Amino acid sequence: MRRTVFPHKLLPWLLLAPQLAITLIFFYWPAAQAFRQSVLREDPFGLSSQFVGLANFRKVLNDPAYLNAAQVTVVFSVLVAFFAMTIALFLAVQVEKIVRGKGLYRTLMIWPYAVAPAIAGMLWLFMFNPSFGTLAWPLRQLGINWNPLLDGEQAMALVVAAATWKQISYNFLFFVAGLQAIPKSLLEAAAIDGATKRRAFWTIVFPLLTPTTFFLLVVNTVYALFDTFGIIHAVTSGGPGKSTETLVYKVYNDGFVNLIMGDSAAQSVILMVIVISLTAFQFRFIEKRVHYG
Amino acid sequence: MAHIQLNDLRKSYAGQEVIHGITMDISNGEFVVIVGPSGCGKSTLLRMVAGLEGISAGTISIGDRVVNDLEPRERDIAMVFQNYALYPHMSVRENMAYGLKIAKMPVAEIDARVAKAATMLELEPYLDRKPRALSGGQRQRVAMGRALVREPAAFLLDEPLSNLDAKLRVQMRLQIKELHQRTGQTTLYVTHDQVEAMTLADRLIVMNKGVADQIATPHEVYMTPASEFVAGFIGSPAMNIFTVRAEAGVAVLPGGQRLPLPGLPASGEVRLGLRPEDMELVEGDTPSIPVVLKSVEWLGADAFGYGVIEGSDVLMTLRLPGNTLAKRGDRLHVAAAQGRIHLFSPETGKRL
Repeated sequence: MRRTVFPHKLLPWLLLAPQLAITLIFFYWPAAQAFRQSVLREDPFGLSSQFVGLANFRKVLNDPAYLNAAQVTVVFSVLVAFFAMTIALFLAVQVEKIVRGKGLYRTLMIWPYAVAPAIAGMLWLFMFNPSFGTLAWPLRQLGINWNPLLDGEQAMALVVAAATWKQISYNFLFFVAGLQAIPKSLLEAAAIDGATKRRAFWTIVFPLLTPTTFFLLVVNTVYALFDTFGIIHAVTSGGPGKSTETLVYKVYNDGFVNLIMGDSAAQSVILMVIVISLTAFQFRFIEKRVHYG
Repeated sequence: MAHIQLNDLRKSYAGQEVIHGITMDISNGEFVVIVGPSGCGKSTLLRMVAGLEGISAGTISIGDRVVNDLEPRERDIAMVFQNYALYPHMSVRENMAYGLKIAKMPVAEIDARVAKAATMLELEPYLDRKPRALSGGQRQRVAMGRALVREPAAFLLDEPLSNLDAKLRVQMRLQIKELHQRTGQTTLYVTHDQVEAMTLADRLIVMNKGVADQIATPHEVYMTPASEFVAGFIGSPAMNIFTVRAEAGVAVLPGGQRLPLPGLPASGEVRLGLRPEDMELVEGDTPSIPVVLKSVEWLGADAFGYGVIEGSDVLMTLRLPGNTLAKRGDRLHVAAAQGRIHLFSPETGKRL
């Protein structure tokens, strides 16, 4: 490893300062605030607050609505991460086979990533809203009783589809890069060794893609947990009932809509613990199965 | 084991023909080396036999089957790649067993074959290592082993030694030769290295811009090169080739000297080829070529003199005895040994 030695003691800190400032202001400070508020309880008018220890946590964890949100989150995240990754991998493999216009397809595939989550949500809402959705009518013509405003499962399918659609681009990009990094000669060697295309994919390509896949698994989990707030907010607002209310959405709902700051902060802290332990788990156990070339 | 037939084999990319019709019969157990400079189409030719490149025209048969439309896996061949193409996520053992597993061979048989190949290639201590924990030479042997265990009809090697250092290359070359003698596999071997080509081959295909200029034994290729290209490519240091004018059985050298040569046409220009090692020093009063030395490289057993034909700027390389006292500025007279004169057509480059 090459080391750059700065002649000046202050310069490295100055160069790091902008990033450090952003992290401090937008991550450590709010996180500290969340920790502080999670052990306080405010009076209804927000004029005073008192220390209540872990009472907020106890309350939140015994709340059936919270357990429901946890369950919704698991279903939502697993579905989004799974579909976003498998569909992206499928498309990346297919695009490799295209002879002409590869660049065009790739560019088109990457576009959805440039769309803001809330806009993406609106897009899907306009397509699938039961009263004015473009595709809702054809769906009903097909005999499907399409009404995500009443049917929780349909609402879930809709937000999963919207969240997946938006994340496919990102995954696609990484899978395409990952596939390109696999030497062609390995596939030729496999072809000569007698492997069919399908077999070569599962025994050579897929194992060699695991670093990419693992990275995307971590990123997609975090995406499904946090970044999908805008989509859920735009499409279902957590409804109908609480059938699409994820943990993050509930933090928002309890904190900014219902103004129960203590509960909301406690939930944030729990969420933080979940994400940290989930990522640690992924690195600890799943990474063992990753082959770094 | 099988014989291979190439019949007027052609390859075009987007209308541009790069392999211009190659015909050859490779008999069972023969070691054929395809040699040529980079870009001559030698790797393309091998990859066409392997089934990794399509065939634009002509046929390839392995054994008695025409394999034009068969996938690589259906051709019963094994190949060693220049970069070895070992599967990085598999151990040496798994790398070698991969093809056998796909062929659904019983586990006991797979183990036996892998063990046998590992013994032959001295790879036993490394069977459970990943390729990245191996040296270049060991990786090369694993690639060989992966091909060997398959016991295919034909063995294809694409510059298998070019990624090794010089010393290892010599060792591996000998090992490949020995392996071939032991297994008697029909082998097609691509290289740009003429030493590998000369030492390994039963027969050579010397390729030049997509054409097989000469298909012959190494001895024939060296003794009677079929074209000026082959003459210049095979032999080290390279053959001296220059244009002379024929005048009634006498060659007029670039410096104006006249030299009687057998086999000259009655008139016109010809390309005259003389190998450095085929020329001997003679006295100035016999018919000879006067060479003015520019420099002498002394190598121990012998020396190479670099100079020009007197009165011209045509370069000549001479092989001198190791005890030579010749030095820069000396004027030497050389004559070609009996029967060691090569004449080529200046238009077609073909041997006259």
